[in-house]
Amino acid sequence: MTDIFELLKGKPGDSDYEKKGVIVQGITGAYGSLHTKQMMAYGTNVVAGVTPGKGGQKFEDKVPVYNTMQEAVDATNAKISIVFVPAKFFLSAAKDALESGIKLLVAIPEHVPIRDTMEALDLANKKGATIIGPNTPGIMIPELIKIGIMPPMPFKAGKIAVLSKSGTLLYEISDALTNSGFGQSITIGIGGDPVNGTRLIDAFEMVKDIPDMEGLVIVGEIGGDSEEILAQRIIDSGFNKPTVAYIAGRAAPKEKRMGHAGAIVMGTYGSAESKVSMFNKANIPVAKRPAEVPVLLAGKMEKSD
Amino acid sequence: MQLLEFQAKELFREYGINLLDSISSTNIEDGRKHAKELGYPFVIKIQVPVGGRGKAGGIQKCQNDDEFELKYPQVMDLTIKGEKARAILLEKMADIKKELYLSIFLNRSKRCYTIIASAEGGVEIESVKNQIIKEVGLGDVSDELAREVAKEMELEGNTAEQFVDTLKKLSKLTIEKEAELVEINPLAIMQDNTIMALDGKFVTDDNSNFRHPELQQYQEKTAIEEQAEKSGFSLVELDGDIAVVGNGAGLVMSTLDMLSDNGGKPACFLDVGGGATTESVYEALTLISQLPRVKGILVNLYGGIVKTTVVAEAFLKAYENNLIDLPVFSRLKGTESEKAKEMLQGSRTNIFDSVEDAINAAVMGIKK
Repeated sequence: MTDIFELLKGKPGDSDYEKKGVIVQGITGAYGSLHTKQMMAYGTNVVAGVTPGKGGQKFEDKVPVYNTMQEAVDATNAKISIVFVPAKFFLSAAKDALESGIKLLVAIPEHVPIRDTMEALDLANKKGATIIGPNTPGIMIPELIKIGIMPPMPFKAGKIAVLSKSGTLLYEISDALTNSGFGQSITIGIGGDPVNGTRLIDAFEMVKDIPDMEGLVIVGEIGGDSEEILAQRIIDSGFNKPTVAYIAGRAAPKEKRMGHAGAIVMGTYGSAESKVSMFNKANIPVAKRPAEVPVLLAGKMEKSD
Repeated sequence: MQLLEFQAKELFREYGINLLDSISSTNIEDGRKHAKELGYPFVIKIQVPVGGRGKAGGIQKCQNDDEFELKYPQVMDLTIKGEKARAILLEKMADIKKELYLSIFLNRSKRCYTIIASAEGGVEIESVKNQIIKEVGLGDVSDELAREVAKEMELEGNTAEQFVDTLKKLSKLTIEKEAELVEINPLAIMQDNTIMALDGKFVTDDNSNFRHPELQQYQEKTAIEEQAEKSGFSLVELDGDIAVVGNGAGLVMSTLDMLSDNGGKPACFLDVGGGATTESVYEALTLISQLPRVKGILVNLYGGIVKTTVVAEAFLKAYENNLIDLPVFSRLKGTESEKAKEMLQGSRTNIFDSVEDAINAAVMGIKK
C-alpha cells in the first residue's frame, strides 16, 4: 500500500523533508496557472511546469516550464504531479507522467472518458504509482502541502482524516469541522467519476494507521458501491477510531446523473439507502446535514473516551 | 445516456447480433404501414428509457387490425415512471424455448468490465438466479472465456456456439462504443434453437461522446438542457416548485436532500460548476426563468474565494432586466457578504448565513 505521507512529506532527515517537489502539467493554461499560484501561496513546493511547446519559459519568473514530463522529472527529480489539461488530453498527459517516474498523480480534469481512466490506471499499477482522481479537488495536508484546487480557508491542521467524493462538500464539511475545533490531518478527494484512481477503500488504507489520528470522516454520495465496500472493510478490520459519514443524494431521482458522472442510481445499485444501511451496520452514524458531521463526531469521541 | 430499446437494437444489428424483425414508429399512420409489412402476430412495445415496461402494460400482443387500432394508441399514451413514449416498436412474435440473461457492464468497484450471464433470464437483474460473473479487464472477451461461460450455463452444441458468437459481438460493441452497460435480457433460445436478442439496454459513457459522433443521433435533450450544457452546467429537471442552484454536484445534491427533509419540493438540480461569477449566476437564473412551476429559487454557493458581491450583482441585474420576478433565498459563503447583503436590501433576494436558514425561509416563503 502506498505510504501517502512519505510521498507527500518525505522522511525526517531528507533534504526535501516537508518540501516535496510538485510538477504542474498544464501550468500555462488559465485554470492551471490560477491554481498553481494558489498552491504556491499555500506553501506547496512547485518545482516545474509542463506545457508542450512552451518549454524554456518561466512561470511567475520562477518556475521553469518544460515541454515534456521526462525533462521536468530529470531536472527536478520530483515524484508528484498535478494535471490540469483538458479531459480529452488527460490520458496522454498521465502516460507522459507515469512513464517519467511520477509516483503520485493528482488528476483534476472532469469529463475524462472512463476507458482513458482505466488505461491510465493500468499503467499506474504497472509502475507502482498512485492516481488520485480524476474529477477530484485534490489532496492536502492542511497547513503543509496542497496539491489541488481547494480554497485554503476551510482547512486547519489537526487529527481528523477526511475522505470525500465531492469537492464542495469536502470544503463545506471541513469548514464545519474546523469551526468545531476539529482540524484535519489529511483530506483526500476521491473524485466524482464512476472509476476512481484511488477508491474510498484505498484512501482508507492510506490513512487508517496514522498514529495520532483521532477520527475519520467519510463524505460519500449516491452511485456505485464504494461506500458499502468501505463500511464492510471497516467492520472486517476492526477499525475503531471514531468515524462519521455523510451521504449526499438521498432525494435524487433514480436513473439520473446528478452532476457527477458517477452520481447515478441504477435500480437499487448506488442508492443512498443501501449506503446508509451499511454504515449503520458498521456502527457509523450518518449525518443528515453537513453541519451535523462535527456534532456526531464529538458524540462518537465522547463514547470512545 | 441510456438508449431506447430500438436504438440499442440498431447497434446490435450493426454488430451482427441476431434479432427478430421489428420496425419503430412515432405515429399510428406509420405504425399501420409497418403492421402490414411485418404481418400479424406481433408485439407492440413502448419505447421509454426505463425498465418495468411489461408490468406497466407497455408491451402488448397484437393478432389483427382491430387489436392494433385499439392497442397502439393505448400504449402510446402510457407514462411509465414519469416517462412518456418516445416511439413504438412493432416486433414479430417469438416462439421461445428458454430465456437467458447476458450483460457486460462497467464494474465500478473492481474497476474493470464484467460479464454477467445466466441460464435463467427474463426477469430483472436483481432477481436473476445462478449468475455467472467474469471480470474481463477493458472488455475484451476471448473465445476461450466465452466458451467457458457457455459451458457453465450448460449450453450445448450449436446453441453454445451461437452464444459464444453473441458474447464476442457484445464485447466488441462494448469496447468500440465505450458503453457503461450493454444488456440483453432476455437473450432467447428459440424453438428452432437459434439465439435472439429480444430486448436491449445500452448505456453510454457520456464523457466519451466526443469520440462518438455516430451515437449523438440518439442524444435526447430538451432545449433547456442543451443550453445548460453549453454553459458548462449540469441540470436535472424535477417536478417541484423550488429551483435549487449551487456550485458543485455534491453541494447541490446535499441542498436537495435538506430541502426535501424540510418539506420543500425541488424544481431542478442546477450545478453551475466550481466558481461563481456574475455571468454564470445570471446564466443560471436565465435557465430557471424558463422552467415551469417555479415559485422560488434556493441558492447555495460555497465559494472560498468567491466575492459574494459578484453574485449579488447577478441577482440585481436579473430583476432589473425582468428576467425573474421570483423570491430568491440564498446562502452565500464567501468574502464581502455584509456588502452583498446591503446591495440586495429592498430586492426580493434574501441572504442567509446558513443553508438551513435559507431552506426554512424558502419553504415558508413558498407556502404563503
